Amino acid sequence: MLNFIWGGMLILGIIWGLCSGKSAEITTSLLNGGKDAVNLAITMAGIISFWCGIMKIAEKGGIIKGIAKRLMPVMKFLFPQVPKNHKAMQYIATNLAANFLGLGWAATPAGLMAMKELQDLNKDKTIASRAMCMFMIINMSSVQLISVNIFAYRAQYLSQNPSEIILPSIIATCASTIAGIVAALIYERRFGK
Amino acid sequence: MRWIIYISQMLMPLTVFSVVMYGFLQNVNIYAAFVEGAKEGLETVVGILPTLIGLMCAVEVLRGSGVLEALCRLIEPLISVTGFPVEAVPLALMKAVSSSGATGLLLDIYNIFGPDSFTGRVASVMMGSTETIFYTMSVYFMSVGIKKTRYTLKGALIANLVGIICAYGVVLWVFGR
Repeated sequence: MLNFIWGGMLILGIIWGLCSGKSAEITTSLLNGGKDAVNLAITMAGIISFWCGIMKIAEKGGIIKGIAKRLMPVMKFLFPQVPKNHKAMQYIATNLAANFLGLGWAATPAGLMAMKELQDLNKDKTIASRAMCMFMIINMSSVQLISVNIFAYRAQYLSQNPSEIILPSIIATCASTIAGIVAALIYERRFGK
Repeated sequence: MRWIIYISQMLMPLTVFSVVMYGFLQNVNIYAAFVEGAKEGLETVVGILPTLIGLMCAVEVLRGSGVLEALCRLIEPLISVTGFPVEAVPLALMKAVSSSGATGLLLDIYNIFGPDSFTGRVASVMMGSTETIFYTMSVYFMSVGIKKTRYTLKGALIANLVGIICAYGVVLWVFGR
């Protein structure tokens, strides 16, 4: 996918620029892009390392497990087909809790394990089950408490108040998650089974 | 809507405070854990740097050559009625396909309009409320050999669309134009 996107952007940009006589601008762009990226990485290194350190403390203290446990009542409502104490439930809850904290490296393995467990429960192994569709939709629209990357980017570009968008982001992403869940419930009814 | 901005500013310090406090109470070796995590974080940043360089160069070329401008002029008539910032449309489309590509476009918006502009704020919020649907779906479903994904894509697209609209609505409500 990125082969086409990245290659396409460069090829299209260079052809377009050469045709409109902007070869000097393109040269500047090529030189600046890399420089900006390195500058950004320096800002990010400080903010993200600090944040990852804090999150490691949370992880070691068992906060993922704690949040996952709190999610259980909601999970029963969202995944009525999955038995209450099934491993799939734990993996799904871990995935959502890790996503909430922005811990991508903990979220993905748990998510893939959840899919494996859901596949065990699935009758037709080539068609996604209800629970899988619901899980994927929630996983893809999941709520994140603080997206520290955006915070770092905003700081690098001299925002007066990099953190001002945190609560607005939470509101918007909650709305998208709720919309996803409602859509999934409606489709479940319509598609039957 | 000052209170929303106020809570936003409180969230990060409060999270750090609660986590450190929680770590203390749970008898976690907090400093060692912090250093371990910070090292991982540093490695993450170094790891994404090549991607960042590649995509920021590509986006700068798109900007410098005038392609982005032409694209925005093309979609402007369709979108201007809604008041949605035109420059955020390429970002919204890119986000569904590639997260790093979207980061490149986001940084371009910050560079051109500034992170505190209306467009910059909508773009910031949108990055959090939308997701790289196609990539995530293929990774997860392929890992277990599912061929028919039924209504997953439709549901995720609806969630994304609501995320985009809400990003616009919330920024308009909290910050105004």
